[in-house]
Amino acid sequence: MKELTYPYIPNSAPRAKQAMLTELGVEDCEALFAAIPPELRLKRTLDLPEPILSEFHLEKHVNQILSRNTSTEEALSFLGSGCYQHYVPAVCDEINHRSEFLTAYSGRAYEDHGRYQALFEYASMMGELLDMDVVNLPTYDGFQAVATSMRMAANITGRKEILVSRAIHPDKLSKIREYNGHILEFAFIDFDPQNGEIDLGALEQALSSRTAAVYFENPNFFGVIESQGARISELVHRQGGLSIVGADPISLGILAPPATYGADIACGDIQSLGIHMQFGGGHAGYIATRDDPAYVLEFPNRIYGLVPTKVPGEYGFGEVAFERTSFMARENGKEWVGTMANLWAITASVYLALMGPQGMAEVGQTITAHVQYAIQTLSKIKGVALQFPKSGHFREFVLDFSRSGKSVAEVNRALLAKNIFGGYDLSGKFPGFTNHAAYCVTEVHTKADIDRLAQAFAEVLI
Amino acid sequence: MNHDSAPSRRQYHQARWNEPILYELGSPGERGVLPPGVDPAIGAEAQNWEAHIPASMRRKRPPNLPEISQVEILRHYLRLSQENLGAGFIPDFGMATSTMKYNPPVNEKLAGSPKLTALHPLQPQETVQGILEIMYKLGQFLAEISGMDKVSLQPRAGSQAIYANIAMMRAYHAKRGEGHRDEIITTIFSHPSDAAAPSAAGYKIITLYPEERGYPSLQALKAAVSERTAGLFITNPDDTGIFNPHIRDFVDLVHAAGGLCAYDQANANGLLGIARAREAGFDLCHFNLHKTFSTPHASGGPATGASCVTQALASFLPAPTVEFDGERYYLDYNRPDSIGKIGQFYGVAANFVRAYAWIMAHGAEGLREAASVAVLNNNYLMKKVLEIPGVTAPYEAGQPRIEQVRYSWEGLAQETGLGVEELARRAADYKMHFFMSHHPFVVPEPATLEPTESYSKRDLDEYAAAWASMADEARHQPDLVREAPHHAPIHQMRDQEAWLTDPDKWAPTWRAYRKKHAQAVESVDEMA
Repeated sequence: MKELTYPYIPNSAPRAKQAMLTELGVEDCEALFAAIPPELRLKRTLDLPEPILSEFHLEKHVNQILSRNTSTEEALSFLGSGCYQHYVPAVCDEINHRSEFLTAYSGRAYEDHGRYQALFEYASMMGELLDMDVVNLPTYDGFQAVATSMRMAANITGRKEILVSRAIHPDKLSKIREYNGHILEFAFIDFDPQNGEIDLGALEQALSSRTAAVYFENPNFFGVIESQGARISELVHRQGGLSIVGADPISLGILAPPATYGADIACGDIQSLGIHMQFGGGHAGYIATRDDPAYVLEFPNRIYGLVPTKVPGEYGFGEVAFERTSFMARENGKEWVGTMANLWAITASVYLALMGPQGMAEVGQTITAHVQYAIQTLSKIKGVALQFPKSGHFREFVLDFSRSGKSVAEVNRALLAKNIFGGYDLSGKFPGFTNHAAYCVTEVHTKADIDRLAQAFAEVLI
Repeated sequence: MNHDSAPSRRQYHQARWNEPILYELGSPGERGVLPPGVDPAIGAEAQNWEAHIPASMRRKRPPNLPEISQVEILRHYLRLSQENLGAGFIPDFGMATSTMKYNPPVNEKLAGSPKLTALHPLQPQETVQGILEIMYKLGQFLAEISGMDKVSLQPRAGSQAIYANIAMMRAYHAKRGEGHRDEIITTIFSHPSDAAAPSAAGYKIITLYPEERGYPSLQALKAAVSERTAGLFITNPDDTGIFNPHIRDFVDLVHAAGGLCAYDQANANGLLGIARAREAGFDLCHFNLHKTFSTPHASGGPATGASCVTQALASFLPAPTVEFDGERYYLDYNRPDSIGKIGQFYGVAANFVRAYAWIMAHGAEGLREAASVAVLNNNYLMKKVLEIPGVTAPYEAGQPRIEQVRYSWEGLAQETGLGVEELARRAADYKMHFFMSHHPFVVPEPATLEPTESYSKRDLDEYAAAWASMADEARHQPDLVREAPHHAPIHQMRDQEAWLTDPDKWAPTWRAYRKKHAQAVESVDEMA
């Protein structure tokens, strides 16, 4: 067998390897596997492709495969529905590409002080944006954050029933049910077909002393701004339940933070904050609450807290109430803790620091104005109607194509031929949505982009 | 004692910037970045954004975010970045159980391609054939490496893959009308999530403890197995690096009782191309791509846990799966038995590209070489470490280990009163760290090392010499160890217990800190 020396494996170099084998007094590495019984050993070579040993050829090979993708830099995309195209400031990339953060893991608060501080600052800025005092180190994604928030609410109230607004991503619902189905009960609150907001009458009917919490989003899955947040929270509080609000932090420069309209738990995804879409790989979930031990002790995730050192003026950090976690208590801890999504929290922290209060307000204003222009322009086109025209929208809106004579799938195919990614097809996914699609417009879209979509619609829908 | 192999140890000092909290930087009006403004070409009506936000939902007060110029923000984070010790900077085998490998920059270059970063997950599938091909092929590689039949890359870390695996077990039993099975068996040396994730899924947990050889006896398992057994979640080797040679008997016993067996392959690095889940009879397993397949640990994620299952469980995998019809790759959502979504979209795509590139850089022989050298490094390091008085490797004395060893500093602790808590702090002064053990500590005064294939003989020698030196200091300069660290970014913390467990004191955010610690607030206000 040919002896190869692998650049990533220092001791694959024959001399080094021999020196170590000699030191151990064994002939070859085989001897070190003596504990593995022969019947458990693989008696052949793994069936894998021939390796590409030179870095040059490896890079070429992978890039060649990736070249079969058409990215949103090459096509004009109006997709949102959980993953969003926002501007990523260069400093965000600069920091999250740093080997120092990229290759760190879970060293102690001494030699990994920088990681602790960056994550504490993340929680601190998120806390300000959300007007809440406690924010977790992120969980896997927004879906997990919502699923966990519901369990927290059930534990806090000692109740089982969660009322969920129907204006929610179907995949998110799938996650929530799978994760919580064995311990929680779900009831669904319809949205008002006129404005897309929660049907308050239906909510009032569903609420009872069994209600652990109401979960709704703002803006909701249709991009509709839920204007009745305070009323919803009041109604659930009256029954002794909690108000859980899903909010995208990028909206909070201009939209009221959930805590100001009664949310007890806020949760969601931070991908919008300086993290590339990456085919859905850039997600991380936040959960925020007030600073009350009844809440804090229900978090499964890490929470870092400030600690003094023996030198005045120096900050240290540690794990707040760590006994509650599975790392301390295994199956008796809250859910579990482990590797989740810290690098995205550091990236989001850089984003919030860069944006500041003014930047967050401006990006929200730009998105809202662009959405308004898109709504006005697109709904003038014959065969296209805006769903929920009387409601406020943020970043997303639903278009109804049922009068166009074409299905959303047909529209999207025609748009693709014009190098445009049309909206996410919602047909059949919600009551009354027969031929509907969710469109997303952000600060990166220009008037020209929206006009191009309008022109394409006009041509496609003739 | 040979100090020569630990060059410049005494001169080492980690960066110590004593960096203020962001809120102590900047001044009102400074800007870090100017986001794209409203396109001036759009009409005045649309520009009047406020008219389109219901009054009740407008933010009344701007968020209290810091206002800092870009140059200072960049500087702040670059300084914080320097106050970490990751695999790119030290021989990181002290962070054991985590398989801290070399993370090749070429993989970062590939994962950073706009052909990946600027993809939306809901794009038409014909526009994402490249990434789907990588997902499909990576799934095939992992199926071959484990011997399982089908793979999901959706879980965003190992623990979430454990959760996916218990969810599939539940669905499998439910479909067979055996929903009464409500117990999961695991071992104390398996990761806490092997107990915690099944518990989160509603299962009762039975935990087996090691006997004299370092793993539980078949008799102990026999006593635990019953008609209530849903399954077994187990690592092998456990975090001791000891391979349980009776694992096939364990699996057979659980199968005989109608349970399923899930192999936590967190410790697979010494087994690549050597031994697989298939030959040991497992039904499910998972790999951590951020461990065994070299994707970076990213300060604690995003990661990837790949769930691998046999044909009998394939229909329960999270949806969608990636399929290939001979011409095109596609996402298959039409999976009626599927447990549904584990997470958002399809998982951490950048890690798929990295792991794919890493496997392609090695091939079958290279993977086997990685495993062999990882095991060689571990046994070499063990020999060096066991020469140090005061440290032992409990269980299976004299026998080789697979890819890591859980050592015990009990001897030194009894002799000097200084144990792993102090040594771990002192380790920072030697530009290294070590992981003790998950809780509870079964091995007294534990310290776990996993040298992987990524480190040289020099690195191993230096590490062992540093441990010898620390032990020496514990005996002859105990205050030096007790007061450590001295060369880390911060000095020893004080009053941790109160600051981290007392709700009146804990400060999880800057605003909580300011509310609770009035004195600190005053000094900050004075500065402003």
